[in-house]
Amino acid sequence: MAGNPAEKWQGGLLGWVDARFPLSQMWNEHLAQYYAPKNFNFWYFFGSLALLVLVIQIVSGIFLTMFYKPDAELAFASVEYIMRDVEWGWLIRYMHSTGASMFFVVVYLHMFRALLYGSYKKPRELIWIFGVLIYLVLMAEAFAGYLLPWGQMSYWGAQVIVNLFQTIPYIGPDLVTWIRGDFLLSDATLTRFFALHVIALPLVLILLVAAHIIALHEVGSNNPDGVEIKKNKDENGIPKDGIPFHPYYTVKDIVGVSVFLMVFAVIMFFFPMGGGLFLKPDNMIPADPLVTPELIPPVWYFTSMYSVLRSVPDPFLGVVAMGLAVVMLFFIPWLDRNPVLSMRYRSFAAKFNLAAFVVAFVILGWLGLQQATTMISEMSFRWSLVYFAFFFLLWFLSRERSAAVSLILFAVVVGIYTLYDITRFDPSDASLIMWSWLIPTVHLFVCMVVPVFARGLGRDRAVPERVTS
Amino acid sequence: MKTFIATTVMALAALFTVPAASAASYSGDLQKANVDVTNQASLQRGARLYMNYCMACHSTQYMRYNRVGRDIGLTEEQVTENFIFITDEDGDLVNPGSLMKNAMSDSYADEAFGVTPPDLTLATRIHGEDWVYTFLKSFYIDEDRPLGANNTVFSNVGMPHVLWELQGWQELVEDDDGNERLELVRNGSMSQSEYDRAVRDLVTYLSYMGEPMQLDRQRIGLYVLIFLAVFTVLAYFLKKEYWKDVH
Repeated sequence: MAGNPAEKWQGGLLGWVDARFPLSQMWNEHLAQYYAPKNFNFWYFFGSLALLVLVIQIVSGIFLTMFYKPDAELAFASVEYIMRDVEWGWLIRYMHSTGASMFFVVVYLHMFRALLYGSYKKPRELIWIFGVLIYLVLMAEAFAGYLLPWGQMSYWGAQVIVNLFQTIPYIGPDLVTWIRGDFLLSDATLTRFFALHVIALPLVLILLVAAHIIALHEVGSNNPDGVEIKKNKDENGIPKDGIPFHPYYTVKDIVGVSVFLMVFAVIMFFFPMGGGLFLKPDNMIPADPLVTPELIPPVWYFTSMYSVLRSVPDPFLGVVAMGLAVVMLFFIPWLDRNPVLSMRYRSFAAKFNLAAFVVAFVILGWLGLQQATTMISEMSFRWSLVYFAFFFLLWFLSRERSAAVSLILFAVVVGIYTLYDITRFDPSDASLIMWSWLIPTVHLFVCMVVPVFARGLGRDRAVPERVTS
Repeated sequence: MKTFIATTVMALAALFTVPAASAASYSGDLQKANVDVTNQASLQRGARLYMNYCMACHSTQYMRYNRVGRDIGLTEEQVTENFIFITDEDGDLVNPGSLMKNAMSDSYADEAFGVTPPDLTLATRIHGEDWVYTFLKSFYIDEDRPLGANNTVFSNVGMPHVLWELQGWQELVEDDDGNERLELVRNGSMSQSEYDRAVRDLVTYLSYMGEPMQLDRQRIGLYVLIFLAVFTVLAYFLKKEYWKDVH
């Protein structure tokens, strides 16, 4: 007998499977012969980490479901039962609660990467669209899951968010009753949120993740230089700057996973409450429909959007603004028409715009955790303007604009909110309104007016032919 | 329709206004509890105090008697003899594997104190150890209250000063600068430092109660981190080895 028998058996089995299912083909297309650019940096860890967290959440979630009782009378006690009486229950539960927050951490960093290197631009628009859909479903999933422990924050947080729909004219009240399944937030709401959280939304999430990855592997990965590696192929048709995902990026991602798991373990084992950001002390009190907590801030990953909501005095328009803050993300690929993908080769103005967006997002997130005072509301309004100005400037910076266009558009945009400031002017807050006016104005000024006088600051640089490192 | 309007108004009020502070909020300085959950003697003293002074009103209904006994170093007999006072439907003492409920019904408690005494399993997780510690030291005589006592940390609290035998009685006095402070006017069976230690023991026990696995999780966490640190180093060198030929 020739050859190694073990090898022959393996080849035989694989051959048998391959004749019936494209196993080797899938392995090659998505891993061994999927050529990724060789210059991925730190920011490229978060895609695979998001996948890892998804798996952690599903697996820990399955075990929680075995012991959790989706019943308003029993839910709170069943969580404490998991924490105390179920073997390793506390570990599973903290894994799931830490995982929820870490999911948003990696997804936000992953989205920032896309903005930084223009990964949403042609031909990757659909990857971005699927990604934003994943973000939307993830928010719904987190919201539904947060109700399940049936603590005070679960109850009142859900109350506030469900009631947002109430502000919709005409259909609002009926819509809210339909969502709750009752005239108030009750057992009916809890059981349906449970169904959504453990079945419906995870299924949608997995399908969207699959679509996201299939679309990515169809067009190939972008990279920190924003150079299309498929334009430079060798005689075998392999991109010169590409390396097979497996083994190069699998071994590299193992390092990323290991470091990430260390961060995860530090939170899970030593700071499971995350200083009140991940699990709130008030949520250790069972839900009580008759006692409203004094402060009902959403969980940290919603607070940026929540600040946008609070920055508008009219409730319905506030909800519209919050919706718009998310929906705008879908339009990014068509707003930003600049041919240069990576921020590395974009102008100072474009870099400043992205930095302002990140700062606005973080500050809005902090503001959303605070008690609403005049100061906090004013800041929320101003930083919301910066948040939305980012999208306008994405379009504006698509190409170099003439001095006339720049100055006129600047005057129009600043004029709009200045007019609004005049209509709402209140002498008692005069200084606050006036100095905070500078926040969005400086942002627009640097991105629109400064390049008129210092042309270099508004000019993109030449993109190299090949990746640089 | 009225419910709709009421809930909308409530939700919007929560969104857009500054709600009034509730009775439980306290803005003053809290004293440091400095609990040490590894101290078994402190846990046992705290458990004894809890069973003698608190358990009659405050259940710890998410916890089981025998688990507490195991964790703080007591035998099942000791637990049965010292901790279990409530009976089942047949009038027998409940078994040590039972949840630590109490005999008082909610409606009776509500009638007696104007409020149902809250379950204390998670008290330190809700308020923090320092809050509970300071609260238990801040009762003072107030004849206007139905039970003769008020509290500087939780004003108009429904709870009487249960530990008065130990601490004695305090009065709220105003010093020359107009600052209010508490002054002991009648001694209890304990000196001030003894009482501080007793309250610390009690808070230690409650801290354990809030998260009985807290020592386990830190110990296991350390091993997990050591493993991951070693694994990260190995994974890094594996990556370096593979990437030698990428230029």
